[in-house]
Amino acid sequence: MLDAIIQGILLGGYYAILAAGLSLMLGVTRFLNLAHGDLAVLAAYLIIYLVATWHMPILWAIVLMLPVMGLLGWALQAFLFARTMKGGFLLPLLTTFGLGAVIQNGIYGVFSSDVKSLGNFIGNLAWASWKLPGHISVGKLPVYIFVASVVVLVSLQLLLSFTKLGRAMRATTLDEEAAELSGIDARRIQRATVAIAMVLAGLAGAALAMRSLINPYTGPTQLIFAFEAVVIGGIGSLWGTLAGGIVLGIAQSLGAKISPQLFQLFGHLVFLAVLWWRLKGSGSLGLGNLLRSLKGQSIKGESA
Amino acid sequence: MLEVKNIQARHGLLQAVRGVSFSVAKGEVLGVIGANGAGKTTLFRAITGVHADMTGSVLLNGEDISALRPAKRVAKGLAMVPEGRRLFPDMSVRENLQVAGEHGRRGDWTLATVLDALPALKPILRSLAGNLSGGQRQAVAIGRALMTNPDFVIMDEVSLGLSPIAIEGLYESLGQLKASGKTGIVVVEQDLRRAMAFSDRIVCMLEGTITLEGASGTLTHDDITNAYFGLEPEAHERSAAHA
Amino acid sequence: MNGSGFTFDRWTPAGLRTVWTAAVLLAAFATAPLFLPATMVEKLTTLWIYILLAVVWNLLAGFAGLVSVGQQAFFGLSAYLTLRLVEWGLNPWLALVAAAFIAGAIAIPISLYALKLKGGEFAIATWVIAEVVRICVMFDPLVQGDTGNSLIALNAYAPDFRRDVTYWLGLVAMAGFLVLTFRVLRSKTGSAAQAVRDDEEAALSVGVSVMQTKRIIFVLAAFGTALAGSIWLASAITFLPRTNFGVQWTVFMLFMVLVGGLRTFEGPILGAVIFFVLQETFSSYGVWYLFGLGFIAIVFALALPDGLWGLIRKKRGGDLLPMGTLLRQVSVEKEAA
Repeated sequence: MLDAIIQGILLGGYYAILAAGLSLMLGVTRFLNLAHGDLAVLAAYLIIYLVATWHMPILWAIVLMLPVMGLLGWALQAFLFARTMKGGFLLPLLTTFGLGAVIQNGIYGVFSSDVKSLGNFIGNLAWASWKLPGHISVGKLPVYIFVASVVVLVSLQLLLSFTKLGRAMRATTLDEEAAELSGIDARRIQRATVAIAMVLAGLAGAALAMRSLINPYTGPTQLIFAFEAVVIGGIGSLWGTLAGGIVLGIAQSLGAKISPQLFQLFGHLVFLAVLWWRLKGSGSLGLGNLLRSLKGQSIKGESA
Repeated sequence: MLEVKNIQARHGLLQAVRGVSFSVAKGEVLGVIGANGAGKTTLFRAITGVHADMTGSVLLNGEDISALRPAKRVAKGLAMVPEGRRLFPDMSVRENLQVAGEHGRRGDWTLATVLDALPALKPILRSLAGNLSGGQRQAVAIGRALMTNPDFVIMDEVSLGLSPIAIEGLYESLGQLKASGKTGIVVVEQDLRRAMAFSDRIVCMLEGTITLEGASGTLTHDDITNAYFGLEPEAHERSAAHA
Repeated sequence: MNGSGFTFDRWTPAGLRTVWTAAVLLAAFATAPLFLPATMVEKLTTLWIYILLAVVWNLLAGFAGLVSVGQQAFFGLSAYLTLRLVEWGLNPWLALVAAAFIAGAIAIPISLYALKLKGGEFAIATWVIAEVVRICVMFDPLVQGDTGNSLIALNAYAPDFRRDVTYWLGLVAMAGFLVLTFRVLRSKTGSAAQAVRDDEEAALSVGVSVMQTKRIIFVLAAFGTALAGSIWLASAITFLPRTNFGVQWTVFMLFMVLVGGLRTFEGPILGAVIFFVLQETFSSYGVWYLFGLGFIAIVFALALPDGLWGLIRKKRGGDLLPMGTLLRQVSVEKEAA
């Protein structure tokens, strides 16, 4: 039980990295990117390719992949996402589903459908663990990923709170038109946001490939998990993604403890229950709002 | 000089602005009056570029800026205090000002000079903009516009919803801004007396067109009432005689 | 003279011509199994399924604004329920139809939950619900987890008979839903649904029962999708939970509707035919075919957001079937006379 909860919390760290990018895009550009999971998987394949074929040290491969993902995000927003935004809610859905199909099948076409993993390239880190009292063993890799997620979220928080770009991102989130009237080029800020979101997706992809096996069609399930974490944590709240990721992770690992098939089911049910709870309550009662009311800050706020 | 020529703007099928032209010089104050629905807000949203469904041209210091995005117009020196203030509610007052200062033009207006001009902002710098009173919000909105160092600033419904005391304070600050002579001001004001007192010239809008324009000293109260309600002068006199 | 200068027309001569042409075409297709080769009959069955899927998704997302990404829930569910009912001893043909009705009925409690959500939350929640349904179905030992099962009971019938009945089932379901969609869209529910899509608050203020309208459309679309799932099972025989419950079914619906033309009656039919032709021509290229489909979807979203029918309509200056009421001014001379 305690073991499953610890595993779930650590899993939540990975979800938080993946969900933070999705949430950032939802907040600043109001764009639901259904290819977010596929883009994470794409980054993972890129790293695996660099490491396996070019024998590049894994850290170097990740460092090289991040700017590539950032550039890709910038280009996607400039040439694809922003243009389909004008067409209401359906066109972005078609576009990102289409993009997802392109990425999944492109990866399949280039790398075949074999499952891949970075686990083979990280030495004993893949299985090394600390022993805690009560016969609980905690994997070192999940702990490192969790720590990385906290570092990522703290950096994002610092970026949003204390930099020119961060202030402009928050202003654009709160009121795009007023941001433009304050001299902020909202389109540039949105491109930068998607670039950051893709860097986050890349990091998540690296984490995913280190801790598990992936195949070209892993993306959509990861998107569902990310969205669930975002909704459980409260849309637009940065630390909510960590809270949501942890709740999702705990639900999943508790389910898996009973039966492997229950891993996904428990996560889904918690997600649906949180949505239901929020609908019944007055307005939104996500965990993120709870945290926000405690901390008094967020990336997206209620209008005045 | 800010010149707008033959502005037409639509909301879908409804033509809200039908061929409006006017100009403002640097240091001049143009007062705009007109009933709700006369097309004032749509006109100014079209001039600043946030209302895209429009034709006509906007010239700023001789340069045609009508194809530019709102942010680029701000960079050329055109700012707007929008209707409803439109502050960033989850950001502090300081951040609201800072973000405009970082993206607008460089110039004499800095956080320090804006705080001197709008001293009411000093004690609330750390408050969230969403928690302010109406008068404080309007002051932040004006401060935010000034932070972009505009040559011209458009203030939509500048005293709407403010208490009489807040309006007094507001016009005191605007008076100083006017006295500096560096900025052209377009101010939409529902209070005729206020508008007449503060503006150099008055423009009255009705059903999307300008029905009256003149130096504020030369216009009588009756002229303006007629233009405001779209009454023929004779008809107005007749109804006045009946009363 | 007040008001008498106008006549109201629900039918134009061109519209009536379209209906007659469609009736003749349907009659011709109904006799097709008598003379077409077996493979053609099977392929046409697939086409009827695609049209059915596209038409109901357009009803749901295009006309009612309910952008569901979880229609595979009903597509897979009716296939599973058929297997379940046959296992309990029902005749397989009856089971196919009954399963679609039951799946449609299950949509009612789902609608109580899902219809409270909006936009992205509705889209993803329907997807998650479909996943939940799949996982629950996989707990039935009959399904054997990922292995799935087959409708072997149908093998008791002669292959020709089985193929032709499946064909007719598909044709009737598709034609039935075309007529049903047409009638719903021209009825009060249809106008109400479009009012709800365009502006929920305004629709409320003029007395449209928003929930009721959405629910009717949601359940109808679920029933149509379930019917397609049943017919798919009848022609494919095998049931694989990850395939029948796959999100790709919804992606295909989205593709057909947007390529054909959202919010038109004709667009989804055109989109389904295009998708069918693409599938027949290029599916042997495997993943690169699917890659291409994704690419086409992006190109359409960027360049032709109104779909092909939107383009054709602009050229032709009208639809084949009138959806609204034509308000015509009677010419002045006629009135004078």
